[in-house]
This record gives sequence, structure tokens and C-alpha cells, in this order.
Amino acid sequence: MISPQVKTGGPVVKVQHHVNDEVIRPERLPNIWCPGCGIGIVVGAYVRAIQKSPIARDRQISISGIGCTGRVSGYLNLDSYHTTHGRAIAFATGMAVARPELEITVIAGDGDLGVIGGNHLIHAARRNVDLNVIMVNNFNYGMTGGQHGGTTPLGAKTHTSPYGNVETPFNIPYLVAAAGASFVARWTAMHVRQVTAAISRMMEVKGFAFMEVLSPCPPTFGEFNGYPDPLDMMNYFKDKAVVDNNADLSGIGVTTHPEDSVVVGNFVDRKRPSYQELLGDLRARVSAQGGAKK
Amino acid sequence: MSMSKGGMPIPGDYFTMGNFACVEGAILAGCRLYAGYPITPSSEIFERASVRFPQVGGNAIEMEDELGSMAALVGGSFAGAKVMTATSGPGFSLMMENIGLAYMMEAPCVLVNVQRAGPSTGVPTLVGQGDMMQAKWGSHGDLETIAYSPSSVQEFFDLTIQAFNSAEKFRTPVFVMADQVVGMMWEKLHIPPAEEIEVVDRQVMEPASKLDKEHPLFDYARDFLPMPIAGMGSRVNVDSLTHDSRGYPSTDHDVSEILNRHLMGKIKNHEKEIWRWEESNLDDAEVAVVSYGSAARSALAAVKNARAKGIKAGLLRLITPWPFPDEIVEKLSRKVSGLVVAEVNYGQMIHPVRENSRCPVVGANWAPGALIEPRAIVDAMQAVVAE
Repeated sequence: MISPQVKTGGPVVKVQHHVNDEVIRPERLPNIWCPGCGIGIVVGAYVRAIQKSPIARDRQISISGIGCTGRVSGYLNLDSYHTTHGRAIAFATGMAVARPELEITVIAGDGDLGVIGGNHLIHAARRNVDLNVIMVNNFNYGMTGGQHGGTTPLGAKTHTSPYGNVETPFNIPYLVAAAGASFVARWTAMHVRQVTAAISRMMEVKGFAFMEVLSPCPPTFGEFNGYPDPLDMMNYFKDKAVVDNNADLSGIGVTTHPEDSVVVGNFVDRKRPSYQELLGDLRARVSAQGGAKK
Repeated sequence: MSMSKGGMPIPGDYFTMGNFACVEGAILAGCRLYAGYPITPSSEIFERASVRFPQVGGNAIEMEDELGSMAALVGGSFAGAKVMTATSGPGFSLMMENIGLAYMMEAPCVLVNVQRAGPSTGVPTLVGQGDMMQAKWGSHGDLETIAYSPSSVQEFFDLTIQAFNSAEKFRTPVFVMADQVVGMMWEKLHIPPAEEIEVVDRQVMEPASKLDKEHPLFDYARDFLPMPIAGMGSRVNVDSLTHDSRGYPSTDHDVSEILNRHLMGKIKNHEKEIWRWEESNLDDAEVAVVSYGSAARSALAAVKNARAKGIKAGLLRLITPWPFPDEIVEKLSRKVSGLVVAEVNYGQMIHPVRENSRCPVVGANWAPGALIEPRAIVDAMQAVVAE
């Protein structure tokens, strides 16, 4: 339940024009997200990164899958695509290959990108497709009412793990780094500036740039796992987040246990040729050889 | 003799394989992105695309599965490319999800299904026509489908070009429902000069700054709408959810009805211009075979054999199984005393034939991984005449 004690501390002012309005579609507000959700914070960071970016606005593309985070693209005043569950990265790969000059950002949830779309995630990281992928991890399937998924901590309760989750969750930054991505980060919805800066960096990086953003989900995850109030999990992130850019990624799994730390940082930032660059080289080579296979 | 010398297909006559002819047709139609996953008996299409597409400035990419290759096609289509993939039964099943996406988002794309035998993994190397109903009903929700069924190497080439033209015009996924026999058969192929080949390109939406703000972005009262292409400034939300004339998700009943009627209507309202069929010996026919794809080759032999026995037989070959040419079948059924539907499956296209016929209809079905023999079709003709 949302605590009635949470107050903004000032008079309510209706804003006629917001600085984010030119990048979002204000006519679509209010959004569908629950009070206390972290997705809006990530959208704000994404919008600011777009505003700061020297890349022409018309070349900025937003692609989402299905679920709570899947709704992000539809609120952005860009060429935006709300695709199928799990397939946003595959959709983006086809678009990126056909038009390498586009700046494509995939923004979707943990179930979407890491579970049903897990195969596309690891293979896009392996190919090092030049995409930005923002994965908002709220530890459960929120849109469908709160079921456990591949990122739900061991022991956590959801509607489909009422006696406690018996599955070990994925440590997704570790997975994506091992698969070969150029850039891998993890931050939380508490780290607004770091999330914004990471997205800006992801837009510069050539190759697969991935960031996990841990997010509170008060009504369908927090409620049953010790973080019922919108601020509870934010306070947990504030108290337990440890910035370690050089962390051993094999040990940064998230438990959401109130005593355990949450390792965050920009873990990987390396130069590897992107898929689009390699395809461009291939076409140039074939053209120079007059179509010969050698 | 090389069909291309490492560039565009060179006009002339060649002896080649159906799967190769398909790729040359795709290149001439303007296709420059292939996203695939290898599967027998379609793999020669992917292999040849991997050689040929980079030679003409395109890309042939391998995805991790058919879910991914179909999704990549829709993304590539919205990047402005003409896109294709080729697959067979198991891959076709996996593509159903994002075939629905292409239909909902109105993304032109071409899927070639080189059909093989049996359910599940079946017999990968042998012929079948068991995916004909899946092409129409395989993806959830109500979809109108355009599908072509080639019977020869030449027709595989011609219909691949036609499939791209229909995909571009109708902004929808289009199927080329080939089969293992047509795909792996070697025959003569005539490649005409490029100027004799009709190539249709999609209408493209204007940038947002040039769009009339008073006019709905997607005017669903019209059948053919310009397509927003990524990066051109049209700033449109393209949604897999049921969406309104601005592209925004909606649960409004009227919105659903308008969108669904638009998606079906743009094909249904123009089905007569899409229908293609071929008639053989139907003028005086008392019994007719309805067939398509490689099975129609057996059916044509059966018609000749039946005529030698004194049976006045004819053939209606469906070149577009979907949309189903109901009036053509209905008219024929009023003229003959019986129809035989010959297919390499256990009875699929017989259902719409029967639904639209005014005479007895029997099936000639045999699908163990081989073409149906003309003799079995003649037997079925004798049976239906006796009814």
C-alpha cells in the first residue's frame, strides 16, 4: 500500500510546460505507471540524455518490448516502436543493419530483455550490435500483476512464488559482459545523474551498450518482500549501493536482502568493432573485389 | 553460366535451382536485407543471399532463431528496406508471433516457406504442403493473408517479385508458399531485362513538420497509407497494441473495429486484383482438379491421363491460395459434376474449395514426403464422377 504520510512538502503547482515536453508526448499523460515506480525516473534520464546529445533528434529511435517498461517508447516524441514481448532487440537489429546512421535505444524490462528475450540479448551482445539497451529491473512481472521471473531473488515472494522463489536469478551485467558487449553498467532509480550520464556515454559507444537500472515496484514486488512503501526500496538503494566500476562481475548478483549491498557502476567500457562496422567492411570488401568471394 | 558476374542479375536463359531463382527475383524486386536462420530445405536461399546481397549493396544476416529473424524483418522494413526471409515448417511456426507484428504494424516483408513433410520436425528433406492453413490462420487474431504458390523454377522467380510488389502496395507480410520439390528442382529460368520487370515501392510518410496537423496520422478510411520510415522525422508511434489514428494504444471498441476492418479490408477490398490462377482443359471439362504448387504438376499429368481414358478432365491451378479466389471456384463448381482437390497434405485447401462449391468435392491426398502420383488423382476423379 502507498503510505499517506508521503508528502511533496509544498503547494501543488500545475506545470503548463515542462522542459521534457519537447521529447515526450504530453498529450499521452498521465502515464500508466504506479505511484512509486522507478520507470518514470529512467525516462526522465533518457530524455535529458537525448536533449544533451549532439545527435539529430530525428535520428534518435526508441524501441520497446512488452510490459511496464515496454510502454516507454510510446510516451516519447521520437520515431517509437512498441514491438512484441522479448523481441525488441531483434527488431532493433534489423533496423540498425538497414540504417546504421540511426541512434537506436531499446528500453524494456527485465522479463522482456533477460528472460523471454534472453537469447536475443546474449546474441546481440556477442555480435556487438551498435545499440543502447536500457533494462529496467523491478524483479518481477509487474504488468501482469506480479509473478516471479528470471531476475526475482531467491526466496522472494510473488503470486507465482507464494512460498518463496526457488530459482537462482540471473546476474545480467555479468552475462552481457561475458557475451562481449562494448559497455555494461548497473545503476538504480536512486542514481538519477549516473543513469543520465551512462545513457549519454552509451550513445557515444560504438557497439552494444547495456545498462541495468534497478527499480522499486511497490505494489507487486515491494509489498510482499519488505519494501511496501514507495520510498522503502529507494532508501535501500541509498543505504546499500556501493559504486565499484572495477567490480568482479561474477559476484554482483542482487538479493534485495536489506543487509546485502548492491554493487553499481560503469563496469565495462571497451573498444570492439560493432556489427554494423563489420558488415560495412564486408560490403566494401565485396565491392572492391567485384563480387569475388576470396 | 553465371547469372550475375557478381552484380545485378543478367538477363538471359539459365538452368538453375528454384531456391536460387527466388534470390535473383528478390534482388530484382529491390530486396536488400535478408534476416534468416538456416533450415532444410530452404537453406540454399540463405546461402545464395549471403553471396549475392553484399554484391548489390545489401546485407544477409543470421539471427539466433526464427523469432528473431522475423522481428528483424519488421525492424528492417521500418528502416525503409525491402526485406525477406526463407524458412520451412518449424521455422514458420516460430515466425507466427512476429508475422502478427508485421501485419499489425503494416510492415511490408516477404516470407518464403519451402514446405517440407509432416508435423514437428517431420521429414526435413522431403516435400510437403502442410502449412497452407497455417499461412492463413497461424498467427493469432483475425488476419487477411496474401500467399503465392509457385509450381516451377520460373514461377518461383516471378512470384517472388510479385510478392514484394504486393507487400509494398498492401503494406503487409506476403508469403511465397513454395515446397521442397519446387525449391530444389533445376529447370530453365528466363531472367527478363530489368526494364520489363514491374517494381512497386511503398508510399513514404512526410516528416512531422510537413504533416497536416488537422488530418489523422493514419487515415484508416483509406486502404493504402504512407509508411513512416525511421529517421525521416515523421515522429510516429508504431504499436503492436490495437491503436488509434494517431498510433496510440486504445481499448475503445470503435478504435478496435476501425483498425481491424482497415487491416482486413485493404486486402479483402482488392482481392480480385490479387487473385491469380491458371486454367487447363476446363472449357469442356466435366470433372476438374483444383491444385497448387508442385502438386499441380502431378495434377496436370493426371488430367492428360484421364483425357486419354475418355474422362473430360481439367485443372484449376491456384497461384494465390490466399486470399482464396472463391468466385472462381464457385463458378467452376457450377460447370462440372465434381471437383478433386489434389494436395501434398491430408486435406487443407479442400476446406475453402468445399465451402464455395456447388458440386461434390473429394480430396486426393498423400503426404508421406513425396509428390502425389497422377494415378491417385485420376482415381479420385473417377470416384467424384461416380458420386
